Amino acid sequence: MKSKRKILLTLSLLLGAGGIISANAQPDVDTGATAWMLTSTALVLLMVPGLAMFYGGLVRSKNVLGTMMHSFAAMGVMSVLWVAVSYSMCFGENVLGGWFGWNSDYLFLKGIDNSIIDGGVPEYVFSMFQGKFAIITPALIAGAFAERVKFRGYLIFIAAWGLLVYNPLCHWVWAEDGFLFNMGADGAIDFAGGTVVHISAGVSGLVAAIYLGARRGYPQRQMKPNNLVMTMMGAGLLWVGWFGFNAGSSISSGLATAQALTATQVAAAAGAITWIIIEGVHQGKMTALGFASGILSGLVAVTPAAGVVQPIGAMALGAIATVICYYMLIVKDKLGYDDSLDAFGIHGVGGIVGAVALTFFIRDSWMAEAAEKAGGVWTIWQQLGVQVAAVGIAIAYAVVLTIILLIVIEKLFGLKTSPEEEMQGLDHTFHGERGYGMLNPN
Amino acid sequence: MKLITAIIRSYQLDQVRESLIAAGITRITVSRVSGHGAQLQEEVYRGKKVIPGLIPKMRVEIAVNEEFVDTTVNAIMDAARSESEVEGEIGDGKIFITNLEECIRIRTGERGGSAI
Repeated sequence: MKSKRKILLTLSLLLGAGGIISANAQPDVDTGATAWMLTSTALVLLMVPGLAMFYGGLVRSKNVLGTMMHSFAAMGVMSVLWVAVSYSMCFGENVLGGWFGWNSDYLFLKGIDNSIIDGGVPEYVFSMFQGKFAIITPALIAGAFAERVKFRGYLIFIAAWGLLVYNPLCHWVWAEDGFLFNMGADGAIDFAGGTVVHISAGVSGLVAAIYLGARRGYPQRQMKPNNLVMTMMGAGLLWVGWFGFNAGSSISSGLATAQALTATQVAAAAGAITWIIIEGVHQGKMTALGFASGILSGLVAVTPAAGVVQPIGAMALGAIATVICYYMLIVKDKLGYDDSLDAFGIHGVGGIVGAVALTFFIRDSWMAEAAEKAGGVWTIWQQLGVQVAAVGIAIAYAVVLTIILLIVIEKLFGLKTSPEEEMQGLDHTFHGERGYGMLNPN
Repeated sequence: MKLITAIIRSYQLDQVRESLIAAGITRITVSRVSGHGAQLQEEVYRGKKVIPGLIPKMRVEIAVNEEFVDTTVNAIMDAARSESEVEGEIGDGKIFITNLEECIRIRTGERGGSAI
């Protein structure tokens, strides 16, 4: 996600697009890059139903529709918000001391009707691609407080969280004038959203899980997944969709795209294998859910790093993150908080590990470029400081804002279900439907 | 020995189970069934109200010795009866009690009341 318009004019000249300059100084549409970005946009959207299936299979059957609706509702709510104000808040110019961005041209995207960003991609495509990230992030949080939130409260929560937590973080990390984008020699490295998406969703989920309390009967009563087949299909869709998520984040179709795509594939594979090996040694059986969890922790860890690491580094990140995520799930059981579907255990922890540990696997050419920008020397320890600072800021901001939102929404609208609602299940209580009704002889 | 068979609303299962466990009754068999009594259940599908022919229910079966019959029945009734506006509504279900001739624990071959 590099600079968009800074060198717009120069680029047009380099491309020799004389006719375009005289019109409105925009680059030509690069059909190759645009085609890949359109594909990526669709792939990232595919992750949301993938997540719905992944989460939906893990809950009890009385909550399957309600849980899937947490993901689907985000597609509705966040898309509308994105077009209305969020794109402006994320990619407008600094306001309020850089808290978030603002550009009234971006409201309802009305000012980008004819705009083409440098790289030759229509701004609509860039905006829609970024919008998909704003959809999936709050949907990830839902895994932490699955099976125990009111639907109306949830809708209000994701809308408020998107506006006040996601948009500022996105602006800081990815907008040209965001302060994390400009930290250190060449910015805090967050290629495709380790900090913005996974860490922010993970720690917010943890806070929400602790604030709302555990599900009824947890942890004494077993809460078994209702359909692991659906969970496996969801994990598969997430892996496929992640190519859009990571390789699309180069906002181009070229060498950087290929590097990110390769890193994504091998990190997921290394994570999955690592998980089942640990599990096989520790528990004696290699489970399907373990494999899926390993895929996810590998993918999460490589998300911030996909643009700067080589395959060996990506595999190392996937494996390291998986070991730590596996350990964190044991810690969760010891501490007793109910992060139901491990939104923090996988996304939060994997994101933190990826964003910090990537420092040790950065390819030399990136470091050389950073050293040039810093005026001679830039060591991995300096970059490590930048990474840790960015992660720490994201965690602190997400935790504080999420606590405030939870308290306000719980007081004003109600977020936690009543005991009766929870026992009857989200599907019956909030949707009046049954997930598996068609299995009845009717 | 009696066999208590309760047909309850499917979404009341958790409440009934908690109530039974609180009353000390932990050994139960549960199955999903479909059926029709006096209840006409309206459901909304894509904005249209429909009345399905057979309604999904849960069947809870519990084998008990005589002295536990009342405890069990009361526990089920407390938890399965709707309490929205009025006490009890059509569709809350039924409880059947039948005599149980014999009970055998497969593992040991025990028979009768001690095998329950």
